Amino acid sequence: MSGIPGPVGITAYGAYVPMTRLPLSLIGGRPARDGGPEKAVADYDEDAVTMAVTAAVDCLTGVDRSAVDALYFASTTYPLREKQGAALVAKALDLRRDVATQDHAGSLRAGTAALESALHAVAAGAHRLVLVVASDCRMGAPRGALEAKLGDGAVAFLVGGAPIARFEAQAAVADELQDVWRIEGEPFTHTWEDRFAVQEGYTPNLVAAVRALFGRSGRAPQDFAKAALYAPDARSLGGVVRQLGLKPEQIQDGLFGRLGNTGTPYALMLLAQALETARPGDRLLVASYGDGAHALAFETTSAIEALPPRRGVSWHLARHRPLASYDTYLRARGLDPKEWESGADLGLSATIRFRERDADIAFLAARCTSCGLLHFPKQRVCYRCFEKDAWEPFRLSDQQGRLLSYTFDYFFPASEPPTIMVMTEVAGCRVQVQMANIRPDDVALDMPVEYVFRKIHDAGGKPNYFWKASPIQ
Amino acid sequence: MSESIRDKVAVVGVGACQFGENWDQSREDMIVDAAYEAYADAGIDDPQRRIEAVFAGAVYPREGSAEIAEALKLFGKPVSLVSDYCQTGTDAFRFGVFAVACGMYDTVLVVGFDKPKDRGVSGPSVNFDRVRGLPATPAGWFSLCAARYFQTFGAGREDLARIAVKNHHNGTLAPKSMLKKEITVEEALSARIISWPFGLYDCAAQSDGAAACVLTRADLAKTFRDDPVLVKAVSIAVAEHPQRDPEFDFLGWKPTQYAAKDAYAQAGISEPFRQLDVVQLHDCFTLTELLSYEDLGLCKKGEAKEHVAAGTFELTGELPVNTDGGLKTFGHPTGATGVRMIYENALQLQGRAGPRQVQGASLALSHNIGGPPTTCGIAILGRD
Repeated sequence: MSGIPGPVGITAYGAYVPMTRLPLSLIGGRPARDGGPEKAVADYDEDAVTMAVTAAVDCLTGVDRSAVDALYFASTTYPLREKQGAALVAKALDLRRDVATQDHAGSLRAGTAALESALHAVAAGAHRLVLVVASDCRMGAPRGALEAKLGDGAVAFLVGGAPIARFEAQAAVADELQDVWRIEGEPFTHTWEDRFAVQEGYTPNLVAAVRALFGRSGRAPQDFAKAALYAPDARSLGGVVRQLGLKPEQIQDGLFGRLGNTGTPYALMLLAQALETARPGDRLLVASYGDGAHALAFETTSAIEALPPRRGVSWHLARHRPLASYDTYLRARGLDPKEWESGADLGLSATIRFRERDADIAFLAARCTSCGLLHFPKQRVCYRCFEKDAWEPFRLSDQQGRLLSYTFDYFFPASEPPTIMVMTEVAGCRVQVQMANIRPDDVALDMPVEYVFRKIHDAGGKPNYFWKASPIQ
Repeated sequence: MSESIRDKVAVVGVGACQFGENWDQSREDMIVDAAYEAYADAGIDDPQRRIEAVFAGAVYPREGSAEIAEALKLFGKPVSLVSDYCQTGTDAFRFGVFAVACGMYDTVLVVGFDKPKDRGVSGPSVNFDRVRGLPATPAGWFSLCAARYFQTFGAGREDLARIAVKNHHNGTLAPKSMLKKEITVEEALSARIISWPFGLYDCAAQSDGAAACVLTRADLAKTFRDDPVLVKAVSIAVAEHPQRDPEFDFLGWKPTQYAAKDAYAQAGISEPFRQLDVVQLHDCFTLTELLSYEDLGLCKKGEAKEHVAAGTFELTGELPVNTDGGLKTFGHPTGATGVRMIYENALQLQGRAGPRQVQGASLALSHNIGGPPTTCGIAILGRD
């Protein structure tokens, strides 16, 4: 193996922020006000996996998916302790069967760690193109100190040659202290007293890592156009910025009171937002924190000007739906008491899911190679020309559809009933799905839709995924 | 078709248990009530000797054919069990008709039954055994035609409400219906939404029930009773899945269109609206009734709402539909429903329908449509 010729770095980025927001005033029982502080919260049908898929789809805009050699998935909230998340994300993205997949977990530094691993893998020639996805959906205990600070989101980067942002250097420090943690089986993240966590954990570690980066890269604070820095809150960020000798205009907005601290993807989402407006030759640094700190430096290239348009962080932040009540938030996160606790049943048949994974996870239809008619799900015999077993796969997840009909179901469990069920037409075939990101009053015949990966239910005590339609804004 | 089924088989006895939330009745209780009423209606007092075969229908059977044989103590003879969505009862009837028509048996029993009220929930079951196509409830399946149909033909929830009001009224006149309550259009429109545009009154109730009939060869019919009813047609058709069919237009359901064409050909009917005197059609939801008027050819596509407004299908109208209150007031114990409609049509043809009698009825159609929907069953009965 030998490294690919020329510089290595980020070749594309994408991001995802859920449309639903919790106005922070609702936590204290006060009414929401326009423009007040809020945080992004995953809807009832979203989790770290669905958000990762959506961010990755954004990142893959204009990219031939068969060129992706590896997928690294970083999260502290992937729902399963044993069973890989990256393989699931790769299937939902319809990546190659021989894609190399890795999960990175256990620390909020997992995102930058995955990114660094990808950069090294490409530099070493192990892979030509690596997709790195970081996603988290962390919860603070209801009405606890952390709840208002944490937000949900995801980010994705492609790492390869001919980058839009050339990798310059990285530096890390490790530390051992119990400031932020979550025990196996616990739904909520815990912290020790925040003054301890900031004074002995966050601040000295982040400063040490970034100073080490300055040393390794030979750059000075003033050389950077933007610094995308993890921070538990605005005040703590201010302290780090002063110690590092950075100026406020060099700091990528931490989105406090808008996004919330998204954990593993947080600093990387700020990096993605910096890339949205970066000019060729800008130096960017990103630093994450968790049992130590990790910093990486990049320099943007002229290739950034040719990057196809994408949604990134800003588009998703602007798409906005405040939850109506704190109860709605509790229901969306499954924190409301239920009359019937979900039983310890086996859940969906693993063998049926195995046979149907191309349709359910990869969202592949089948095109009749005899007459061209598209079918979802795949049939044995064509509806139109009755040819038998003449099919080629056709990916629906990156197609746009049209809404043919709809109904609003008040029985299916949802945090905010009704569940919107729609019949869509996509590339000439019919697909019946639920609809996300819309209220019933806004549903209209013939409206254009795209498809998003979502959790359908928790049968068997585990998430079960399929695609939903989402309005195209 | 090589040979028509018309006039070869007669219905000589009908029976039904009381439909409702039969908390104190088992399936055995309901099967026995329905079958023994049909026996008595046919003048049969020795069923173990006279009934040569049983054709049963149930969507939630428990012990296969043994459940029916055990209940009726009919042993040493064939009992077949059909299970195929809402046309289950009509299909069991069809098998019975064909078995007699082919000469294999002289006299057979058809019985349809179901008991959904042991499940512990009042509404539809919430399905968690898959991820695609959810919520998979009948209300969700049938309501998918509403938005497009409404937009195309200018119909709306008020038209549906009028159908619910009609069927609720008819149900007050049927002794064995579950709901005997008049409602108003305003009540129907203001009820809670189940699956838009269906409010509570747009949906058939959940109920327990069983219905039965005795079939025999047409040439033997008068040895049972003086006024036998003859089978003029019985048809089942399976259509393209409306959630996959690339040509599905959300304006009508192909299963009914297919089955009606076949049934009318069997019965020699060319003008169904003029020739039929009474119709029981599958009002699982009010929209199903609205679209089925058209799919059965009782009026042109898009014109159903005008007939609803004019009262065409009311008891006093030109062609009374769902004279006993339909699924709306009997509820829909799935396997029983098709046979319950045959029970009502036999009473109508024999002038035994009391205050809901359609005067001089001589040709009656019953219709079920089921699944997403994919399948339809139609039976046409006539006087001698």
